[in-house]
This record gives sequence, C-alpha cells and structure tokens, in this order.
Amino acid sequence: MSNAILGRLDLASLSIWRAFENPTSSELIGAGAAMLVIVGGLAAVILLTWFRLWKPLWRDWLTSVDHKRIGIMYCALALIMLARGVIEGALMRTQQAFGLHGGFLAPDHFSELFSTHGTIMIFFVAMPFIAGVINYVMPLQIGARDMAFPVMNQISLGLTATGAALVMISLVLGEFSTGGWANYPPYTGADFQPGPGPDYWIWAIVLAGIGTTLSGINFVVTIYKERAPGMDFLRMPIFCWTVICTSIIMIFALPPLTVAALMLAADRYLDFHFFTNDLGGNMMNYVNLFWLFGHPEVYLLVIPCYGIFSEVISTFSGKRIYGYMSMVYATMSIAVLSFCVWLHHFFTMGQSASINVAFGIASMAIAVPTGIKVYNWMATLFRGRVRMTVPMIYATGFFYLFVVGGLTGVMLANPVISFQVHNTLFLVAHFHNVIIPGVLFGLLAGYHYWFPKAFGFRLHEGWGRAAALLWIAGFSFTFLPLYWLGLQGMPRRSVTFSDPAFQPMMWLALFGAALIVSALGCIAVQLWVSIRKRDQLAVPLGDPWNGRSLEWSIPAPPPAYNFAVLPQVSVRDDFAEAKADGRAYAAPGQYEDIEMPDNTAIGMIVCVCSTLLGLALVFWIWWLAILSFAVMILALIGRTFRVNARHVIPAAEIAAEHRAWLARIEAAPAVDRLEETHERNLGRAVLERPGRLEAAQ
Amino acid sequence: MTDPDHRSEARLYLAGFGLALTLTLIPFGLVHWRLMQGRALAITIAVLAVAQIVVHLRYFLHINLSRQKREDLQLILFTVLLLAIMAFGTLWIMGNLATRM
Amino acid sequence: MSTPNLHPGLNLGTRHGAAHEGAETIVFGFWIFLMSDLVIFGLVFASYLTVANPMGMAGGPGPADAFDLRSVFIQTMILLTSSLTFGFATLAMRHEHGRKTIAVWLGASLLLGLGFLVMELRDFAHMIEVGAVPQRSGFWSAFWGLVPLHGLHVTIGCLWIVVMLVQMAVLGLIPVVKTRLLRLGLFWHFLDLIWVAIFSIVYLGGLMP
Repeated sequence: MSNAILGRLDLASLSIWRAFENPTSSELIGAGAAMLVIVGGLAAVILLTWFRLWKPLWRDWLTSVDHKRIGIMYCALALIMLARGVIEGALMRTQQAFGLHGGFLAPDHFSELFSTHGTIMIFFVAMPFIAGVINYVMPLQIGARDMAFPVMNQISLGLTATGAALVMISLVLGEFSTGGWANYPPYTGADFQPGPGPDYWIWAIVLAGIGTTLSGINFVVTIYKERAPGMDFLRMPIFCWTVICTSIIMIFALPPLTVAALMLAADRYLDFHFFTNDLGGNMMNYVNLFWLFGHPEVYLLVIPCYGIFSEVISTFSGKRIYGYMSMVYATMSIAVLSFCVWLHHFFTMGQSASINVAFGIASMAIAVPTGIKVYNWMATLFRGRVRMTVPMIYATGFFYLFVVGGLTGVMLANPVISFQVHNTLFLVAHFHNVIIPGVLFGLLAGYHYWFPKAFGFRLHEGWGRAAALLWIAGFSFTFLPLYWLGLQGMPRRSVTFSDPAFQPMMWLALFGAALIVSALGCIAVQLWVSIRKRDQLAVPLGDPWNGRSLEWSIPAPPPAYNFAVLPQVSVRDDFAEAKADGRAYAAPGQYEDIEMPDNTAIGMIVCVCSTLLGLALVFWIWWLAILSFAVMILALIGRTFRVNARHVIPAAEIAAEHRAWLARIEAAPAVDRLEETHERNLGRAVLERPGRLEAAQ
Repeated sequence: MTDPDHRSEARLYLAGFGLALTLTLIPFGLVHWRLMQGRALAITIAVLAVAQIVVHLRYFLHINLSRQKREDLQLILFTVLLLAIMAFGTLWIMGNLATRM
Repeated sequence: MSTPNLHPGLNLGTRHGAAHEGAETIVFGFWIFLMSDLVIFGLVFASYLTVANPMGMAGGPGPADAFDLRSVFIQTMILLTSSLTFGFATLAMRHEHGRKTIAVWLGASLLLGLGFLVMELRDFAHMIEVGAVPQRSGFWSAFWGLVPLHGLHVTIGCLWIVVMLVQMAVLGLIPVVKTRLLRLGLFWHFLDLIWVAIFSIVYLGGLMP
C-alpha cells in the first residue's frame, strides 16, 4: 500500500494506533515506548523554550566545531541511548523470567527488542561514548588545539545522531528489524520481511557508519600531524596509542559493513540477488562480510577502554604505566589480529574443519597480547599507592570480570566447544562479560575521571561508588547464570523456554537486571547531585587527580583554544615530570594570537537532511529522499565556497586569562592524595613522594 | 635543492602513460586474438594488472619508496595487507563453502 | 636533491608557501579516505569473484553474452588518457601556468570522463537488452554492484571537476582551491587504478577463452 506523497506510511505505521486496534500487553508496551519518545521530545522542546535555551544551544553547542563540545555531545547522546538499551535489556530479562509460562511479550516484539538492544548498545551507546571520550581527551593529550578537521568532526556527530534518531523514530513509526543486530538475510530480505524493519537498520547503520569512518580519519590525521612540538609517538600517553589502533579499525572495518548493508538494500529495494535463496544468491557472503566488520568492531570498542584503564590505573597508583613499549606492541598486535579472526562468529555454518581450526588458532592468539596488557596493569598497581576512587573500583571489577570473559572467549575460539554452545546463552554471557566489564566499565571510569576536566567540578564520589558496585554486582547476577544456562542448552533469543530447571537462574538474572537498572539510576542521581553541589566539588585549577599527561596541565574547563601556548614536550608523562622538577605552571615568555575555526551549521544540516533521507528511504517516500539528498549535497558544495571561516583570539586576551589562572594556582593550596575527594581539592596537586617518581625514559 | 622543471615532470607523466598503455594493449590483445588460454592467461593478466597499478602509483601518484613521508607508504602497505587478508579470506571461505554445499 | 614529498600525489612545492604546507594534513586525510574506499571496492571485487561461476549465473546469460570487448578497450583508453590530461592540469598548477591552462586540461579530463560514462551507459543498455540484469542472477547482481559503483565514482569526479572550474573562476587559485585540486587529482588517478582492476578481473577475466 503506497502512495506518491507518503510512500508506504499509513495509519497502521503508528505503533500507538496498532496498540489501539489490538491492545495486547506487547502492543501496549510498544505504544508506551512510543509515548515516551513523543512526550520526551515534547518535554525537551518545552523546557528549552521555557528556559530560553534555544539560542545558547544553537550558538554554543549545535554549531560548535570545538572538539570538546562535540565530545560532550557524543557522550550525552550515548548516555541517553544507554538508558533505552538498559530498559530494553531489563524488559527482556523480565519476559524470560516469566518465560516458562509464556510471559507477556509477543515473539515478534521480543525479536525486535533484542535487535534494537544490540544495535543501540553497539552503534549508539558504545561507539558514540568512545568517539566522545576520544574527541575530548586526545587533542588535549597530544598538545593540539583541535582535531585536524573540525568541521568534518561536527558532521560525523550529525550522522551518528541521525542513526540514533532513526532508531528512536522506529518506536513511533513502523517497527524495527526483528533480525538481530547482525540482520542476516534471507530472513531480512524482501521475501520474508517486506516491512520497514530491516530498512530502518540498514539506513541507521550506513549513515552512522559513514560518520564513524570520517571520525577514524580525523583521529588518525590529528595524531599524525597535530602533535605538539616534542610530542614524539613514544612520548604519547598509552590512551593515544589505543586511539590510533581504534581509528585504524574505524577506517578499515566499517567498509565491509557498508558493503554488506548496501548489498542487502539492493536486494530489498531493487530485487538484486546478492543474498537471496534463489538465482545465484549467496547468503553466506553476508555473514562473511558482516563479521569482517563485526569482529574488528568489538576491538574498536574495547581497545580505547584498555587505553582508559591504562590512564586510570597509572594515575591512581601514582606510577607511570609499566611496560610502555610492550603495551604499544600488544595494542597494535590486537588491532591487526582482530582482522584475522572473523570466521569464529560462524564456525557452525558449513566450512571444513581446516578453516575452522585456522581461525580458531588465530582467535586464541589474541589472548596473548591481551594477557600482556593485564600483567602490565597489575605491575603498574604493584608497589603503587593505590587510591580506590570510583574509576579504580571499575578497574578492579574489570580485572576480575573481564578476565573471566576473556577466558570464555578462548573456550569459544575452539570450534569443537563452539559447536556445542553456539547460539546458546553461553555466547550471550561471554560477550556481555567482555563488553560490560571491558567497554562499559572503561567508559564509566573515563566519564568519572575526565568529567572534572570538562566541567570544572568533580562527580560525587558516594553515588559513583554506589553505581560502580551496583554495576559489578548487577552484571554478575545477570550474566554469570547465563553461562550455566547456555551449557544446559538454552538457546539465545528465545522468548520462552520449556525446561523448569532454567527458572531459578532466570530469576537470578532478573534480580541482576534490577541491580543494573539501579546502577543506571545512581549515575543519573550522581549527575544531578554533582550539579547541585558543584561549588563544593569545584576543581577549576584543572588537576584534581595528580594526573601525568598534558590534559591536566590546563584549566578546568579548558579555554576554547586549549593551551595558551603550545607545550614543548621533552619526555613521556611530561606534566608529571614537570611537577616533579618544579617547572610546572611556568608563565610563558610570550603569548601569540590564536586562530580558531568559526561555528557552522553544516553539521545540523547534514543531520536533519540525512534523517529525512533515512526516513524517506525506509517508507519509500521518493520525492523526500531526492529532495533531502539534494539539499544536503548542495549545502555541502555551497559551504566549500565559504573561505576564511576562522577568527582570531588576540594574544592580550589569552595572556589575561592565562595569567589569572596561574595566579589562582599560586594562591591555592596544593592538595595531597589524602584529600583528593575533599572540598579543599581545587585541582592543584602536590607531589607526595618525589623520590618515588622514577626518572623518565 | 632544485626542483625538476615542468618539462621533465611532464615527460614522467608521458612515460607513465606509455608504460600503462603497453600494459593495457598486451592483455587486451592476448584475449582478443586468443593467444593464450586458461590458467597461464589468468596469471598473465593478473601480473600485468599489478604492474600497471604500480606504474600508476609511481608515475601518476608519485608514491616513491625513497622520497615519501613514512606514513604515506605505511598506509598503503597496511591497506594492501588488510585487503589481502579480507579478500583472500573471503575467497577461501566462500570457495570452501561452495565445495561443501 | 629534490624536496621530499609532504603527501602522496604531486606536491605543490615550497614555492606555493602555505598552500604546500597545509596540503600535508589535508591530502594525508584524503589519502586515508581513498584507502577506505579501496577496501570497499576490494570487497565488492571479492564478492564478484565468489559468484563468477555457473552457480552464480543460475542458468542465465554470462559474460560472453553481454560484454563488448571493443567498447571496454575504448573506455580504457579514454580513462587512461584522462589520467594523463589531469596530470598535466596538476603540473600546470604546480608550475603556475595560470588558471586558463589549468582549466583547459581540467576540461579535457572532464570531456574524457563524460565520454567514458556515455560509452559505459551504452554498454549497460545493451546488457539490459540481452537480459543481463541484476534481477536475473547473483552474478549479474555482483557485476551491477561493482561496475556502476565505479561509474558512480567517475560521475562524482566529473561533478567535482565542474565545481572546481567554477571555484577557480570565482575564488581564484587560493590555497584551499589548490589543495582541493590536489585531492581531486588523487581521486581521479584512483579511478583509473580501480578501472585497471575492473577491466582485468571482470571484462578480460569474463571473456577469457
């Protein structure tokens, strides 16, 4: 049913209408979610209008090309989508807890839930959060003023937001795919799912994927070409090495996904036969192409978090990272090896044993550099003066839980075991076991660690501790039972089950889910409380944790230009060494004018146009697709005619700001680590045992 | 430091063009006039294609082993490595599946 | 002793001052993008190869029924020549021979590019006539995914040349226009590079005895 103006959109596309027509518990929950989106959107508009925030929002955030602002917006997007992802997970846990007797969700709804849950968590929580942290931190750590391509950075954010918007709109209009986050054809081909579901998936991830590839390019070029004088590669913080590796994956692993998704789109829209059952289609090539993306993708997620843990563990032990070179080699090996193992995601799909074994060995090999990193972290902690701040609690949880997840990964790398547990809850337990303690804990640790730098005040420790402990307990109760269930044979993605022996574990998992939802609640409360108490938690002087790298040597929040004078780096962990040598916070001899890029609306234009393009493609509204695409291209081309979109910040202004800050540092008490979470900590650190700091390499 | 002048640089482009032209005429000729068959022909075409790609890289794109910034060369080698892994892997896996299904 | 290259492709040289220095970062970034595009093509090629067999053709028409070697040869000559003319355009920019000379060589490349596209579209029309359409088989789906993808890139390149001709006229040869021409040059040569693979693997490979 389609017409020229609205394509295949009609009344039945509205999930609220469908619930009205057929009010089952499943449909009502779906309608409830749609209402939340609509009400949430309206509430945002009303609040922005009431508090007259539209202008500042537009001027200071949406048109900003500052990597710091863009980083914060990425993280905000990620945290909002995390809320949806967690709720969906909790809903599935609840359904399965009652699954023995049917539960309350229809099978299709359950399938849609696990599809959106996976898609959201990977593409719209983990990846934006990572892009956000990298965006904020990396230029500061290498002593740069911004990314190499600030406008492209803004466009990347816009494209990511587009993907998230499409997934959110799918709650209201139409429905999302039921094919899982990997969306395999032929099930997701036009024959079996002619509706908008798989199309939502395709356009959300293709558009967001382009944004990611552009980000990868931006990050790599920034590190290669924008480092401060003296910041050699081997003087960079380990986090920056992980950024290089992540960016390599962003650049090289997203293409296979784009190819697979667009081929599927060709099948669906144009009746091609890439992956169909008949006429020479080869559906295994989809599986091959998807996992060529999918495996490096999960390393894209975890490698920067390894980097965050390196920073966190080093700082909160008061020691430099142990084994810098081996860390670098290990990270690079993991990045390269990650491209060599993708077949382990489909051991059971018909290849000969020789191929399975080859990929199995490669998969096990990744455990070696990972182990090296774990030992290096442990050695960093050893004989350090460890402070159990919130990031360290996450790090501790990471140590114990991630290693378990890694070990089950080595088990799964064995094709023989994989045949037994493939597509059971064992697999689900494994990947949550590496993603939650690895990726999520890393990101939450990074959030807590760098928040004071971004906003000038710390996050509340108490609520942070509660959140961290609830995450650790919640994860454990939710997912560790799933290992047992998987070994007992319970398949994944099942809306119901029939073996009563599974019931107790399901209830345990539901309890864990409740803990996780509470953990998320604590994070929200923590933010609220921290904002209310920001005067007591203030750390404007910029170094609340006695950090070692360059980002801690500037005010919090940093000025738009980051560094009043670009630092001259002579050694690894230069800021730590400077503090030890007594040369930190030196007034520069001379200040110069700084040229910074102007704001621009192009990112927003791309975001709005590509969202409309995505929707138009999903619902076959061809005139809108052509129009939005044309507007976007014309805007982009038109923008290239704009020259000299830069403004100059005069040296006098910079000098005044910088000198004022230096004066505050002089006047402020230097605080030792015993008072780190005390109100007296304004962000100036004293070195506790200067003799302890080993000489730089 | 002196830069080569316009004429010598233009000559390099013409040389590259000539080489590429030759490396194009040969495989087209071999196929059109059926001068070779089967595996030998396939390998010849492949080798000539790779050679022509190198000609393009050297003469048109100025990728020069000695004068290049290290990262430019590293990048192309790394890309080729990954592409080889992905393409070879795809062909191996799909080929294997084809024999078994 | 010549100055070292700051980036891939023809370098402007120190005579161009800020344009040359700024080009290092910009062109490196574009080079990386081209590498990711290369991976996309590589995978589409690999996918093509997995269905370039009787199973993939599903009893439908094959290469011999639809390919025209002579037309492909002419397209190859056209594209190769366009690489040469674009090279001359870049050289004219480097040696500061003036906007008109650059425009002439760019125009030549554009005409050749359009000529290539016209011939390719005629080939496609012929293929449709004989039933070698993507809806017929996995093999033709792979072909129509690969070769028109290249054609789409050529189209974008032609459009980009038009935009550059306008920008050169309106903005003059300011640094950013120069670095854009450098990037377009890289893109244009890259197109020819991919075509080498296409004519070798798809056309010659398909028509091999």
